[in-house]
Amino acid sequence: MASLLQRKKSARNPEERHPFFDQLEQLWRNKTAVAGLLVITLFVLTAILAPFLSPHNPVEASLYDQIIPPIWEEGGTWNNILGTDDLGRDILSRLVYGARVSLFVALATVGIAVFFGSFLGAISGYYKGFLDNIIMRFMDILLAFPHILLAIVIMAYLGPGLTNAMIAIGIIYIPRFARIVRASVLEECEKDYVTASRSVGARDWRIIFVAILPNCLAPLIVQTTLGFASAILDAAALGFLGLGAQPPTPEWGAMIAMGRSHILRAWWVMTFPGIAILFAVLGFNLFGDGLRDALDPRLRD
Amino acid sequence: MLAYIIRRIFLLIPTLLGISIIIFLMMHITPGDPAELLLGERATVKSLEAMREHLGLNEPLLVQYGMFLKRLAKGDLGETIWTRQKVWIEVKQRFPATIELSVAAMVISTLLGIILGIISATKQYSVFDYISMLGALVGVSMPIFWLGLVLMLIFSLHLGWFPMSGRLSVNIDLHTITNFYILDALLTKNWAAFKDALWHLTLPAFTLSTIPIAIVARMTRSSMLEVLRQDYIKTAKAKGLSPLVVVLKHALRNALIPVVTVIGLMFGILLAGAILTETIFAWPGVGKWLYDAVLQRDYMVIQGGTLFVAGIFVIINVIVDVLYAVINPKISVQ
Repeated sequence: MASLLQRKKSARNPEERHPFFDQLEQLWRNKTAVAGLLVITLFVLTAILAPFLSPHNPVEASLYDQIIPPIWEEGGTWNNILGTDDLGRDILSRLVYGARVSLFVALATVGIAVFFGSFLGAISGYYKGFLDNIIMRFMDILLAFPHILLAIVIMAYLGPGLTNAMIAIGIIYIPRFARIVRASVLEECEKDYVTASRSVGARDWRIIFVAILPNCLAPLIVQTTLGFASAILDAAALGFLGLGAQPPTPEWGAMIAMGRSHILRAWWVMTFPGIAILFAVLGFNLFGDGLRDALDPRLRD
Repeated sequence: MLAYIIRRIFLLIPTLLGISIIIFLMMHITPGDPAELLLGERATVKSLEAMREHLGLNEPLLVQYGMFLKRLAKGDLGETIWTRQKVWIEVKQRFPATIELSVAAMVISTLLGIILGIISATKQYSVFDYISMLGALVGVSMPIFWLGLVLMLIFSLHLGWFPMSGRLSVNIDLHTITNFYILDALLTKNWAAFKDALWHLTLPAFTLSTIPIAIVARMTRSSMLEVLRQDYIKTAKAKGLSPLVVVLKHALRNALIPVVTVIGLMFGILLAGAILTETIFAWPGVGKWLYDAVLQRDYMVIQGGTLFVAGIFVIINVIVDVLYAVINPKISVQ
């Protein structure tokens, strides 16, 4: 890092500058990426600061405050700016804590998928041959299930719950990371530095994880960002179906499911959590697109 | 070409086997006794033993898998636990509803997506382009179960334009032949039923098509932009052809090649989305049926239904691959 900074200082000539800074600059100039980053920052801050931001306890029911409309509707109060649900719980507080649940789920599922996916993809691309064939055929089979169906089926056997939802979504995301890492590793393997590492006697695992993998980070980072977006969506879908987070956990998808039964009496109960999901997912999608343009122009669609 | 098609079909076999292994193992790997899973916690020791015997659970795992495959080969997906009906018969009853919904969504998303994509590409960096591309991004970021509820709230509950749920009004009679209601209504020339079925189809189909519209629009735009930059387009323009002819006759054909693949791959998104959409709109298709089975823990339905849907999905993907090779001869050389 120190050497990077030094190089930046002395970089009068643009050609001497580390390419990392070019990419950073490109990212900064991409307005959608910056907008996405803003939304993500807001989302993460909300999640971290939830106890300080939320005006009420998100799981505390209040008999006297059932179904209060948001402030701008007739009957709304400053006490519950976005209104309350049928148990009298404050919607705003539940949304704020919901950010925490979503962020946690996204981190866990994408974490599982990146870890196993990169590992499988890396050894697949490095050893090629039989091992590659077995691993990638298995990934193909996982991809043969239409997206969330596999997660729902896994949930049917594991039983409902947030932890199981994270495991199920994590599993269905493994193939996309495995494929991307494998493709980059295959490409990197042909390069001279790999031959050089081999010739100085580096062990396989060292070549794969210390030499090659860091060079495959660009597409992995892009996919991870986009993975956050779909993880939030899928976790909400499972929550909505009653398979994910269980009550009284303030989870956005489960909140929509709860609001569904009061759709006529209280439109706000199901509307706001949906908007929250939309914004969080949009943030990651915007940023992911921008990252893709900056880091890996080959991947542009 | 023929060799390519045959190879693609042969490659289906290991994938289908793999799917069956995963579904078979799911039942056996998960903690707990499958017989108990099937019969519930209150089953007696005797009925459990009988169930184990019936399912062949006392045999070695490999033998069990063999038995499982043998039944599958005969087209036997087992019996549902609650209604004691053949799973296959239930699938057959519900699958047309799902296909009807998916095809409607596919038509909407292909038409709207391609039109939006073309206009965005020809007017790149215009206000229309920015708005439709932002719209596309919002479309893929939206939870569709939520969108479905919002549409229902606005268009059926408040405006009363569309029905809230189901495929047909109660007072409409329809003699079903194929179980595709729209097709049946056309075949029997039952115009009242035809209108009613379309009316019921509108909201679910639009809900289901949001994500595909966005994907097709983005794909069409980028592929169109690439084609519009090529020399032969310049030549066509230089010849004095009207811009409309250049875009629709010369550019679109080549631009659509990658779009076709995306449209094919959409089927997976549609099948998965159908679970959520059907649940919201009480659409009696395979998706809702599978979801109900998950809630009721009808493992035979889950097993058979998943096998069926995954199998269909894989076969469709092969068809898409082959079609892609037909319209783009470059691919079959590889």
